[in-house]
Amino acid sequence: MRVPLSWLRDYVHLPAEIPSRDVATRLIRAGLEVETVHEAGSDVTGPVVIGRVLEFSEETHKNGKTVRWCSVDVGPEHNVDRSSESTVGAASRGVVCGARNFEAGDLVVVCLPGAVLPGGFAITARKTYGHVSDGMICSARELGLGEDHSGIMVLGPDEGEPGDDAIQVLHLRDDVLDIAVTPDRGYCLSVRGVAREVATAYGLEFRDPGAADPAMPAGEPGYPVEVADAERCPVFAARTVTGFDPAAPSPRWLQRRVQLAGMRPISLAVDVTNYVMLELGQPIHGYDRDLLRGPVVVRRAEEGEKLTTLDGVVRTLDADDLLITDESGPIGLAGVMGGGTTELGAGTTSVVIEAANFEAAGIARTARRHKLPSEASKRFERGVDPALPVVAATRVAQLLAELGGATVEPGVTITGGGAVPASLEISAGLPTKIVGVEYTSEEVVRSLETVGAAVAKDASGILTVTPPSWRPDLTDPHDLVEEVARLRGYDSIPSVLPVAPPGHGVTFGQRLRRRVERAVAAAGFVEAPSYPFVGESDFDALGFPADDARRRALRLANPISDEQPLLRTTLLPGLLATVRRNVGRGATDVAVFESGLVFRQDDAPLPQPPRLPVHRRPSDNELAALEAALPHQPRRIAVALCGDLEPAGWWGPSRPATWADAVDAARLVAEAAGAEVRVEADQHTPWHPGRCAALYVGQTLVGHAGELHPRVLSTLGLPARTSAMELELDRFPATDEPVRAPSVSTFPVATQDVALVVDQAVPAASVQEALVEGAGELLESVRLFDVYSGAQVGEGRKSLAYALRFRAPDRTLTVEETTAARDAAVAVAAERTGAALRS
Amino acid sequence: MSAPNKQFDPVEVTPLHPDEVARMRDEALGAIAQAGDLEELKQVRLAHLGDRSPLALANKEIGALPPQARKDAGQRVGAARRDVTAVLEERQQVLEAERDERVLVEETVDVTLPWDRRPRGARHPLTTIQERVGDVFVAMGWEIAEGPEAEAEWLNFDALNIGPDHPARTMQDTFFVESEDSGVVLRTHTSPVQARTMLSRKPPIYVICPGRTFRTDELDATHTPVFSQVEGLAVDEGLTMANLKGALDHFASAMFGDGITTRLRPSYFPFTEPSAEMDLQCFVCRGDSVGNPDRPCRTCSSEGWIEWGGCGMVNPRVLVACGVDPDRYTGFAFGMGLERTLMFRHGIEDMHDMVEGDIRFAAAFGMEI
Repeated sequence: MRVPLSWLRDYVHLPAEIPSRDVATRLIRAGLEVETVHEAGSDVTGPVVIGRVLEFSEETHKNGKTVRWCSVDVGPEHNVDRSSESTVGAASRGVVCGARNFEAGDLVVVCLPGAVLPGGFAITARKTYGHVSDGMICSARELGLGEDHSGIMVLGPDEGEPGDDAIQVLHLRDDVLDIAVTPDRGYCLSVRGVAREVATAYGLEFRDPGAADPAMPAGEPGYPVEVADAERCPVFAARTVTGFDPAAPSPRWLQRRVQLAGMRPISLAVDVTNYVMLELGQPIHGYDRDLLRGPVVVRRAEEGEKLTTLDGVVRTLDADDLLITDESGPIGLAGVMGGGTTELGAGTTSVVIEAANFEAAGIARTARRHKLPSEASKRFERGVDPALPVVAATRVAQLLAELGGATVEPGVTITGGGAVPASLEISAGLPTKIVGVEYTSEEVVRSLETVGAAVAKDASGILTVTPPSWRPDLTDPHDLVEEVARLRGYDSIPSVLPVAPPGHGVTFGQRLRRRVERAVAAAGFVEAPSYPFVGESDFDALGFPADDARRRALRLANPISDEQPLLRTTLLPGLLATVRRNVGRGATDVAVFESGLVFRQDDAPLPQPPRLPVHRRPSDNELAALEAALPHQPRRIAVALCGDLEPAGWWGPSRPATWADAVDAARLVAEAAGAEVRVEADQHTPWHPGRCAALYVGQTLVGHAGELHPRVLSTLGLPARTSAMELELDRFPATDEPVRAPSVSTFPVATQDVALVVDQAVPAASVQEALVEGAGELLESVRLFDVYSGAQVGEGRKSLAYALRFRAPDRTLTVEETTAARDAAVAVAAERTGAALRS
Repeated sequence: MSAPNKQFDPVEVTPLHPDEVARMRDEALGAIAQAGDLEELKQVRLAHLGDRSPLALANKEIGALPPQARKDAGQRVGAARRDVTAVLEERQQVLEAERDERVLVEETVDVTLPWDRRPRGARHPLTTIQERVGDVFVAMGWEIAEGPEAEAEWLNFDALNIGPDHPARTMQDTFFVESEDSGVVLRTHTSPVQARTMLSRKPPIYVICPGRTFRTDELDATHTPVFSQVEGLAVDEGLTMANLKGALDHFASAMFGDGITTRLRPSYFPFTEPSAEMDLQCFVCRGDSVGNPDRPCRTCSSEGWIEWGGCGMVNPRVLVACGVDPDRYTGFAFGMGLERTLMFRHGIEDMHDMVEGDIRFAAAFGMEI
């Protein structure tokens, strides 16, 4: 809501010396979010004066442009004799003008040399088209008065005299408060509401433009109106004017106020309806009475009924839409936008003025359904004072009479009305209890009365509060608490640290996540969270088969991009896009990770969650049903890396990032999670079929790691050998069992190396597993220190060299003991994997 | 080991003559002094103290002497060998020290060589700020609560007193999963975690809820459809807005420096009543830039305060829907956007940097913030 300060002053006697910034500050303190104070017209500085075009000659120049060389009377003070450059006795100035929408004798706006227009445009006398143009005749746009630049501004014959200050005549200067009105303060979508707050903030008297006129004629009916849905339209008032002059212009002040408030001046009749809406907050609609067919009926639409709204769009209506109709059918979408058939136009002489009250939620639904937020719907959605309709309709009628020569018909149509806001009870001590500031019951009563409520107090300190008609938001005791608190000011609330009972610190799961993420980052990976939005094309690029579970993704009804309407089922698309972006920006070595939720669903669609009540706690069963309707959202962690893990340097050559680093990242995660990961060869898209590891904890598959498939890499435009790992943290056993400390033997270690030759296809992990099992309890550690394949071990074979370390907890091992243990280890490996000791 | 000499006439043995012993000793001492390095000294040791050295050979002759002469000669040779050994050890130490010093000099490297062999990783500031905020509140005895990102519409809206016709519940603001009437949305704020907490445990409740949230805004310099919030909720007997203010002030000073406070302005949120907008005192200029054009502050645009978040007393309707007795308990809640917090705390100028995953961005923040 934009509110010109001059308009506020009509209803609050705000001392002139109070700067508008101060008004803004006070309003902010009272809970109105004043976003800016716009000093309208401050970018125009004089001399800008009214001029009368005395005569002109039209000249067509070589460039094809026709200009007018005008003599303009800009008042005795400013006229200049063109030959002597003297102002004495001169009758005009010479001004070149490119526009042609004026006649001799017209009043225009002239910027004289020395004037500055919006955008810092300084006016000087300058030579142009063979003349010295001694000023400029302005268009509305050049003066910052809207967008009209079709010609220069031509004023009405009575708007002023040559030489008058145009800045005043045009009402250029005003300070405008731009207020973001919160949904609970619908009444502040009006000058009336904001003026009330200003008056309260300064303790000044407020003159209410919405107060009912006691001299209102009553009894005589106006234009016939039937309301078929009184619930959706609790009040409908109408007044009629006749003999209106459709050619009568809007006065300059009215246009300017409407414009400063953010609306476009159109015609007197339309401007007046908008003006009254802005002033009172009551949306108004005017109908050309001569175009109305029979009585106005307010009813629900029939499904599929059609209406062409004022914006020229044909709307197909829903049975929930509320309509204004006549015998011809729908003529307006109630409270949202009128229809074209009864629109006020250039020939309108009789106007039926509608000022009605519509139920907020219904208007919100219709505006949303037709994507048609309007000034009217915006107000109705937030609640409009139901006491206003007759006052507002009458005010419009009077203005049309005053400014457009109309006659106000005596009849007043009123249906409904008279509803009083529900009273509520509140303990006088409640504000103190909630806010923590001592308020006396006198202050509580006074504050509530200040906002317009009627307050009755009983002996026990219970207040019965009847909110004013313009405050439909005051429905709960806490709403009243806020009023009391904001009138005193939130800055009076002290700062008292609350003392929570002792807590348990971060949970096991939270600590786990921190540990894992820190470990991965410490290993050189940079965290890069990505959006969870993906598309089918991402799955195609990764080569997922048609029946891959990861293709069963949830779909957003309203995605940001139609390319990515799905919720991720894997972290890889986002992470790989991150790698590509970094490579595209010149990075050669990239190691990134993401930890985040993925969204999975089974074959069966999710059940519809129950509609739960809000007036009580749902039962545990109801909550369980709600939970069952949500997709499974496990937390995953993924890494991707390409280029070198270690760069080349003075220390030697680089170490390229490989599949093994991706697998190692999984081990790192497992280690941080206190688990041990088991690796098996696997074939799983999008990984290289020969370089893909399945990762297990116990018997549970937790993820995959390895080098990505070359085809996937080329499709995604990623560097060769890019590797990745993804695993699901939630599949790790969630035990917080304390680690059992090892007993540290101080007896000497005995080492034995063995080289075992096996088939190429035998996984090293299997050989090591067999060694460990065969070696028994004396084995302290085993480590693969070399892998060799070549002629010496035979075609299709490889040699795995292991260092075995043996130690006993209670004695020094003899050579015989260690040898026996080693032989046992080799024997099991031979039995399980066909390993032979390398000779 | 020397054995008794029986083959020779024991009367006169030249090597045991005192002059001869002194000569052998002096010769050894001279050789030791001549040895220039450890290798030469090793040769000297072999030549003058080894098994075949003159003194060793002389020692072997002692057994051949008559008993009365043995003692005398033994003492003589023994003293000579002790002298030689002592001097040699001394020389050994000197030479070792010289060698050690020389080796250290030889081993000198250029310690200014770069060792950027192991590139550092980093965590994203959106993650670390969540931890930091969590830790501030955990230190006060609060706990960190979490919830799903695809959330029941009832928990995201209805339970929070955001009715079915509320404007926020449109496709213009909220991502709907599968369809607009599926009852499942991407949570638009972390507030459903508050509802979940109240539904699952009894007061007193003191929780902080950081997390990822979603709204249908296009990505631009200041907006992103996927963003992060942190919210706090306290429900207990006797809590007031003064406690809300106390918690916020503590939070502000813990995150932005001692003495930094907050300011409340009346506002509106469906789930709180009374509600307030919360401003953070500018931690850079602390208000000094206000009305002081000579010292403008970019962080707060010389306003002295920075809009930080929303807060208020939990609306009793929310307490009722979540099974908390509003006659016994009161609660307060607050929330703020973490992207915005990072932007003004760290001078991040463009939201794109926060969401695009450029490794140079996160790398600047390291492991914690």
